[in-house]
Amino acid sequence: MAEGAFAEAGADLELVGIHKRFPGFTAIEDLDLRIPAGSFFALLGPSGCGKTTTLRLVAGLEQPTSGRILIGGKDVTDVKSFKRPVNTVFQSYALFPHMTVLENVAFGLRRRGIPDPLGKAHEALRLVELDHLSARRPAQLSGGQQQRVALARAVVNRPALLLLDEPLGALDLKLRRQMQLELKSIQTDVGLTFLHVTHDPEEALTMADTVAVMNKGKIEQMGAPEELYELPKTAFVANFLGQSNLFTGPVVSSKGDSIIVDIAGVKVEVPSARAQRHTDEVTIGVRPEKLMLHTEAPRKAAGVNVLGPGRVTDVSFSGVSTQYQIAIPGLGLVTVFAQNMVFGPVVNVGAEAWVAWTVDHGFGLADEPEHAPKFAADTDTATIALQTRHELLAEIEEA
Amino acid sequence: MAFAAFGSSAAPVEQAPRRRSWVAVILLLPGLAYLALFFLTPFISLILTSLQTPVEFGDVGQFQQAFKIENYAQVVGEYWPHFLRAFGYALAATFFALVISYPLAYFIGVKARRWPLLQALMLTLVIAPFFISFLLRTLAWKSLMADETPLVQGLKALSIIPSDGHLTGTAFSVIFGLTYNFIPFMTLPLYTTLERLDTRYLEAGSDLYAAPATTFWKVTVPLSMPGIVSGTLLTFIPASGDYINASASFLGSAQTQMVGNVIETNFLGLLNYPAAAALSVILMAVILLIVGIYVRRSGTEDLL
Amino acid sequence: MKFSLGKWLLPLYSALALIFLLVPIAYTFVFSFNNSPKGKSNVQWAGFTFDKWLNVCDAQGVCEAFVTSIVVGVIATLIATALGTLMALALARYRFRARSAISLLLFLPMATPEVVLGAGLAAQFLTAGVPKGMVTIIIAHALFCLSFVVVTVKARVASLDPALEEAGRDLYGSPAQVFWKITFPLLLPGIIAAALLSFALSFDDFIITRFNNGGVTTFPIYVYTAAARGVPAEANVIASAVFLFALILVVVSQLSSAARRKRLAKLS
Repeated sequence: MAEGAFAEAGADLELVGIHKRFPGFTAIEDLDLRIPAGSFFALLGPSGCGKTTTLRLVAGLEQPTSGRILIGGKDVTDVKSFKRPVNTVFQSYALFPHMTVLENVAFGLRRRGIPDPLGKAHEALRLVELDHLSARRPAQLSGGQQQRVALARAVVNRPALLLLDEPLGALDLKLRRQMQLELKSIQTDVGLTFLHVTHDPEEALTMADTVAVMNKGKIEQMGAPEELYELPKTAFVANFLGQSNLFTGPVVSSKGDSIIVDIAGVKVEVPSARAQRHTDEVTIGVRPEKLMLHTEAPRKAAGVNVLGPGRVTDVSFSGVSTQYQIAIPGLGLVTVFAQNMVFGPVVNVGAEAWVAWTVDHGFGLADEPEHAPKFAADTDTATIALQTRHELLAEIEEA
Repeated sequence: MAFAAFGSSAAPVEQAPRRRSWVAVILLLPGLAYLALFFLTPFISLILTSLQTPVEFGDVGQFQQAFKIENYAQVVGEYWPHFLRAFGYALAATFFALVISYPLAYFIGVKARRWPLLQALMLTLVIAPFFISFLLRTLAWKSLMADETPLVQGLKALSIIPSDGHLTGTAFSVIFGLTYNFIPFMTLPLYTTLERLDTRYLEAGSDLYAAPATTFWKVTVPLSMPGIVSGTLLTFIPASGDYINASASFLGSAQTQMVGNVIETNFLGLLNYPAAAALSVILMAVILLIVGIYVRRSGTEDLL
Repeated sequence: MKFSLGKWLLPLYSALALIFLLVPIAYTFVFSFNNSPKGKSNVQWAGFTFDKWLNVCDAQGVCEAFVTSIVVGVIATLIATALGTLMALALARYRFRARSAISLLLFLPMATPEVVLGAGLAAQFLTAGVPKGMVTIIIAHALFCLSFVVVTVKARVASLDPALEEAGRDLYGSPAQVFWKITFPLLLPGIIAAALLSFALSFDDFIITRFNNGGVTTFPIYVYTAAARGVPAEANVIASAVFLFALILVVVSQLSSAARRKRLAKLS
């Protein structure tokens, strides 16, 4: 591995009070973000949540309406994209079709007048194990190979910050998993700061040190992958990263280190440390795989919450686990993932069932309960471009 | 190709606009200046010339600026049959070119899809006439339709044409020539739309109990409308202004002269510039009117 | 399997239609070998000869006319391609108020019958007192080629992935470098196609030239003038040679793109 050429450490990225408005909607609303040098940071969210706009702002391909962008402590808000120490792996790779793989990789080095661009390009191609294809044109490579060339083309410039715009989106599932691991290992080798934008929760959780979940132009929650999954703070995060069973009810008492919530007449206990709010109406949740399915009423025990009885309305087999839907009167549907430890379902549709979970697995959300969890309208990059166009047209009309 | 001119090319990708529109101005300026100088002002010249009056006691071809609107009445009075012929012949040629081209374009664009090489070969043959002089092509037909050829002799023997009749110099030969010369202009836009026709629509049509003929009229034809509109315009406009086919040295005779012929004669032969200019202005106005109505009626405004 | 007429009707018809299109070409080609009397009409078949191909310039004026057409075509193409490419870039990349008006202005020359374009320009030159000749022919040709260039190049610009230029900027390319290293090379096939189209249009134009040529004889003017008394076989030779050249050009480019497609298909 040619670590010598790429040993330079990444730089901090700091976004301060960023706003980005397009006419008709606000793509980013008051975003503050700090990404420490050398980390692998993922910006995760559904289409139109503002994550791609954030990336384009950092790359200098869009200008923020207000706010500052700092890289390594230096304000680059007004620095043109071709002068920023930032490189991007584009969603479509954007490999130059009229150049060989080698020339693609050497492009940035040549523009900056760095000595021995071809030698360095070969080194970078060796890093992604594609040096033997350096004479080919991009169109002669497979999707995964193109993705690696795009990565080499960005990494070879030793940018302070590497931006990845859904770089695995165009690959099939198997290749994607493989590339995730490769990308992660290259990042570790190179020691750059990676900012990775994706809508795939699994991708973000596997690769990143820190994940920020974005929704409607705001960061909902940020943290290590396990933390985000085990302790979501909002309904959006709870449902975007995997599934959750959510229940709403008033806090009736709090005893020591936990609160008791009244869920349709049943007292449910949640550790205070895992609940964001301790008074009034709260929404609490538990992951489906944390639930135990019982066909007989389980005995009351300390440290266990029980709901039921309900009726099994659906059983669907999905390989490693089986998903059960249980309709509990007053609560609606509860989802349970059960590992397939035995052949066939434990219970059948129509059976009576209870669900139980260890108190420590529950969590309490910060949302005001009337805020029903909702996904933002699907707004993709093309729509943003169209919006920009309308904005300009409006501007021209005014002029 | 040029045939995208009337809008049958793929829809352009919506792109984010850039702000520095002064760059656009610089890019556009030379071309716009050229168009202003050599396209717009000639139109004004044409209109001005059409209103000129002869210089008193002047030579042939000497005119002075006036506002002689009678020029228009005069040319219409004198040349209305030429206008009728021009639009009549052009209409007939457009119709025949469409009828001849549609099955051909359908075969190349839909049926031949499985064989890209055959498709490419057939397309090359369709545009092949472009590679050889328009005038020589037309002269070739003149020779092939000459009185002594076996074709004409045969037709005479069958009494399809009278024994003292001719094939050249007739309305038939002029329309034939126009049709032949503009078939590629018709076939290519038709091919472009038919090539992109999703055959699943046809399958859906037959799945929904439509007979092949019904599917054709209710599905294929409406879907290929953009190609039909561009093809007919690309044929009709140049055909109505053409004067090669109708000229006596080619496929026409004095009885088949179209408006293009009289514009040429007045301008280059008689040096009667106002008459030629008035004829041109009327021709242009009528064509714009026809095109405007046609495009609106066929619901394909976005083509322009 | 039963032979079905319906299944074969369309291919058969298509073959006949193509043969119909090729008849005058074949005629022109065959009569380029006609041993017609020197300088005389080329209508009667007078035996086979290679003479006309070998001594093509023997017929008076035909080679001069051919050279004139080439010169006019090249210069007009250069002008139209340069102006048209710039306009296409502006129209495809920028939004401004006059955009639709300019598009209409570019559409109009294509919707104007050639006779009107020719007469208009001739009237203009007459009014301005410009003597007709080589320059006026070139001006006229560049004018009608311009719109076709804009349409062809614009389609190419529009199909260009904007991410490619963004990638260029991201990789430290200044605006000028991005244009010359990325945008221009990617547009080049479209520009070349536009130039070829432009040359073909110019080379075969008769009507507009006729109004603006003065005494200059292009190849179509030569044929037209000769048509009254009979076109010599040498004109057929030139037309056939041009035809073969263009045909080879098209076939080679199509075969090479087919081969490229095949290579790519094998890879994936």
